[in-house]
Amino acid sequence: MEKSELPDPFKEVRELKGYGEMDDQNDPVTMILGLKNLRKCAHNWKTFQSGAEPGRIVIPSEVNIRDTRQIPFEVDPPEHKDFRALVDPWFKRPLEEAYKATLTQQINDIVDEVLAQDTVEVVSEFALRLQSRALTLLLNIPYEESETWISWGTHVFRSEGEALDGDKANILYDYIDEKITEAIEKPGDDLYSMLLAAQVNGKKLTREEVKGVMILTFAGGRDTVINTITNSVAYFAEHPESLDRLLAEPEITTKAVEELIRYFSPLTQMGRVVTEDTEVCEHAIKEDTRISLCWASANRDEKVFENPNDIVLDRKVNPHVAFGFSHHNCLGATHARQITNILLTTLAKKVKSIDIIDYNENIEELGEFKRKVGFNNLTVKFHKR
Amino acid sequence: MAKITFITTDDKTITLEGTTGSVMQLAVDNSVPGIDGDCGGVCSCATCHVHVDPDHLEKTGEASEIEEDMLDLNDYSNERSRLCCQLEITEKLDGLVLQVAESD
Ligand code: HEM
Ligand code: FES
Repeated sequence: MEKSELPDPFKEVRELKGYGEMDDQNDPVTMILGLKNLRKCAHNWKTFQSGAEPGRIVIPSEVNIRDTRQIPFEVDPPEHKDFRALVDPWFKRPLEEAYKATLTQQINDIVDEVLAQDTVEVVSEFALRLQSRALTLLLNIPYEESETWISWGTHVFRSEGEALDGDKANILYDYIDEKITEAIEKPGDDLYSMLLAAQVNGKKLTREEVKGVMILTFAGGRDTVINTITNSVAYFAEHPESLDRLLAEPEITTKAVEELIRYFSPLTQMGRVVTEDTEVCEHAIKEDTRISLCWASANRDEKVFENPNDIVLDRKVNPHVAFGFSHHNCLGATHARQITNILLTTLAKKVKSIDIIDYNENIEELGEFKRKVGFNNLTVKFHKR
Repeated sequence: MAKITFITTDDKTITLEGTTGSVMQLAVDNSVPGIDGDCGGVCSCATCHVHVDPDHLEKTGEASEIEEDMLDLNDYSNERSRLCCQLEITEKLDGLVLQVAESD
């Protein structure tokens, strides 16, 4: 097996039954594995709700480590729509030329840095730093702030060996509290201040609501982007011809971004709470239990994708759900796509080849399934073009 | 060369000329409001949703099954819905009129 490969552990069960099962802290989950059923469930927010007890739709469940409702993630329509209308324009800023130019500069600089190094541990020395620096753009705050986030390490929400760590999460929650206080005292043109000044349905957002948006912005955009970057480096290490191709045919870059994100599916699944007795894949599902929308499985559905386990860089029709589907589709997707796009362009321009020296896989234990989502660490040597 | 007209959700008419590429790309390059093309045209985002003018359905032909499946679960779709990233610009589309679909 190639080191960069992410196998599909769901294939057999997806084809046989269409759903899988896992326990999570005594709150079991029925995992929806096929693309068509997943889309139907994602669309049906009345039966499969997001606005349940805060933390419950996350797997592993976070009900024991937080009370703050994440917004717009844990809100259902119609309120969800009002919150999205407020934040959508802000999260589209990555399309602006000035944003792109600064992000390109950041990525150029960090690729130059790692090219000059002897060996590089990609997760902590490349992906985490790139992700943190880029997030300062999304929040519109000074670049230096990224140093604080980098110093937290990769495990802000999880510690080695344990799925969830309340103390670690508190570092982030306390930090955000402090930053909200600062923005109240001295408003600026950053995301905190925008949210504090904003109204939804004629009412100002409460401090708790602002916190809910900010926690989500940090949490949603961290591991996902880090895995995308790290997995891309591993892929190019084993496919230097793809770097050559992207250099020769830059017009396929946007398709390559979608294809890598489909293949990596950096967010494996997300839960919903069932509001009434129902049925999926001819399987009865009880009220007040959970289902999950397993994006990673749906993205390998052979009924939809030809050669689902291959990375076809210029895949033309690619109806993947790596960024979710329907109401809750990823708010950070514009930022994530822009990072990945510029990363591919920059690597193709500057890097000739990459050697993998050492690695340790990050494997999620999901009941009957084990899914590799990326790497805990990946040590490589970058070679200049 | 094909002349393609977009009618936006606030009833503005924008007529553009294109020679190659997708209708979505033409719209995005010319900032037609309501056509975002988030996924770059691979049929995964539905931010390029249009309704084809009833008189022009022959020009655009039928949607593929994958495209149909995307549209099926769209709250604003009807039988004239298309994802315009799946419409390749050719002479055949000359004169086409598209209504930009509403979205959340
Ligand atoms: C490649 C990177 C990323 C992937 C694969 C990804 C994936 C996803 C998925 C699958 C969802 C849907 C969740 C659901 O339906 O319950 C989602 C929602 C969300 N994501 Fe991302 N995400 C990524 C990057 C980001 C970034 C960079 C941010 C922000 C900094 C972000 C913020 C959010 C938010 C706020 C939501 C909730 C949207 C809502 O409920 O309306 N994500 N993401
Ligand atoms: S541009 Fe994404 S589906 Fe058409």
